[in-house]
Amino acid sequence: MNPAPSPAPQQPGAPRSRTPQPGAASGAAPAPAAAPVPRLAAESLTAWYGASTGVRNVTLACAPNAVTALIGPSGCGKSTLLRSLNRMHELVPGARVTGRVLLDGYDIYEPGVNPVRVRRTIGMVFQRPTPFPTMTIAENVAAGLKVGPSLSRARRAEIVEHALRRAALWDEVKDRLADSPLTLSGGQQQRLCVARTVAPEPEVLLLDEPTASLDPAGTAHIEELVQELKREFTVVIVTHNLQQAARVSDVTAFLYLGELIEVGPTARMFTAPLRSQTEAYITGRFG
Amino acid sequence: MKGRLIRRLTGSLMTGLTYGAAAVAVLPLAAILGMLIVKGAGSVNLDFFVKSAVPLGESGGGFAYAIVGTLIIVGLACLVGLPIGVGTGIYLAEFGGGWFGFTVRFLADILNGTPSVVIGIVVWSLVVKPMGHFSAFAGGCALAIILVPIVARTTEEMVRLVPNSLREAALALGYPRWRTSLFVVVRTARAAIVTGCLVAVARVAGETAPLLFTAFGNQFFSTRILQPMAALPLQIYDYAVGPYDDWHRLAWAGALVLIGLVLVLSLVARLVVGRGARRHA
Repeated sequence: MNPAPSPAPQQPGAPRSRTPQPGAASGAAPAPAAAPVPRLAAESLTAWYGASTGVRNVTLACAPNAVTALIGPSGCGKSTLLRSLNRMHELVPGARVTGRVLLDGYDIYEPGVNPVRVRRTIGMVFQRPTPFPTMTIAENVAAGLKVGPSLSRARRAEIVEHALRRAALWDEVKDRLADSPLTLSGGQQQRLCVARTVAPEPEVLLLDEPTASLDPAGTAHIEELVQELKREFTVVIVTHNLQQAARVSDVTAFLYLGELIEVGPTARMFTAPLRSQTEAYITGRFG
Repeated sequence: MKGRLIRRLTGSLMTGLTYGAAAVAVLPLAAILGMLIVKGAGSVNLDFFVKSAVPLGESGGGFAYAIVGTLIIVGLACLVGLPIGVGTGIYLAEFGGGWFGFTVRFLADILNGTPSVVIGIVVWSLVVKPMGHFSAFAGGCALAIILVPIVARTTEEMVRLVPNSLREAALALGYPRWRTSLFVVVRTARAAIVTGCLVAVARVAGETAPLLFTAFGNQFFSTRILQPMAALPLQIYDYAVGPYDDWHRLAWAGALVLIGLVLVLSLVARLVVGRGARRHA
């Protein structure tokens, strides 16, 4: 079998442009002239829990084919910000979002946009592996395809293999695709979740502390994977681990108490932060 | 040194007490089973399962009509009660956050505590009276009404046990809410839901009071659901209070078979859970 990269199933209602070239994205978004057009951008984003805010007035642009890391002490709003980027935040009772999140220039919070379709375009991997226990390994990978257009059995098998290869899991599971995912190790389960997330060809991958529950070997695997995945996807990763942010990301954003303190190229953020709070955090003086 | 001795003695005493409590709890069950086997096992033979009642004065005969009757009435109850119960449970767990969910949950709890004889009378006035005669259908309705709240509440509990992370994972894949509930959450809880249903069915299979006013009982073999029908608990009751030794013998045997039925259902429930647990381990 020769898995060719498949064209993304076009989702009506989802933003259409997939071209990463600067200037190619049409749309109303006022893009900064010099930098490449961001694939995903939050504008004045505030995430509410009832009357209190988890994230306050954050403006952040994520370049295509780059890894953006969100760092900050516990409770600073990293995960809330991430969950606002694919409309998962609003699933919490009482939660809502104000401001805009632009995917290729289209606001995903525009009235009339179906959040279910947004989530198909912006995939997410969670802190703990969440394989569906009643499905086989192959069924898990294909789970996201079930809500798309119907596919032939052969096509589906092709996509499953391609997704597992991209998640660097194919060689380990190719002989037991019909087994329960619970027979896999934690690290393998997490890579299975990555495969499941990339199978429907999303445009953006959101990773919420994807290595928090893994051992060092599993962590190394996922970090390598992130480097591979950014060739095809725009990646946003939340991490508690500063070394991890330094290793995998191109851009680092530091959040503190729900506000975006500083954002910049990772190398500069870790060597010459502009704000004193950033410096205090990355040198381990708090958080 | 003395303090340590007292601590150890207290520990042993408390452990002993829990053993004692467990033994006392199991004792009645063991006594019932032993009694039934001693008194009934001798009469449980092929005749018991294939023959129906014989005319007064003749000896022998069996409970075939009552066994078939119980299967039909309980089957009817399952047909009506299980889908409604499971559906209600899923609703309560996944969408029942508002005032309607609260009301349904409250009513289910009340219904759960309602004596079954009350349910029998209600079904008598709602079904038997308008139809003009007793029927297996009415019996099935009464058992279904007992079944629904038990199944609904256990299903709700089981669906709630599914970790929220699975729900979120499905939603993040772009599953709509209903699909997430049905194909991920409920599917994950399936084994536990089946177990809950089996335990509930085992419970209603032994109900007697609600059948007195509804299925009524029948001395003859009948499979017509709009007519009165025999059932094991009813026949046990009838024969146990009757004047003949032969009847008493059959009543004991009937009781043993009924307990056996409940036991088999419980065992199957255990097996389902065991299989589920292994797959989910």
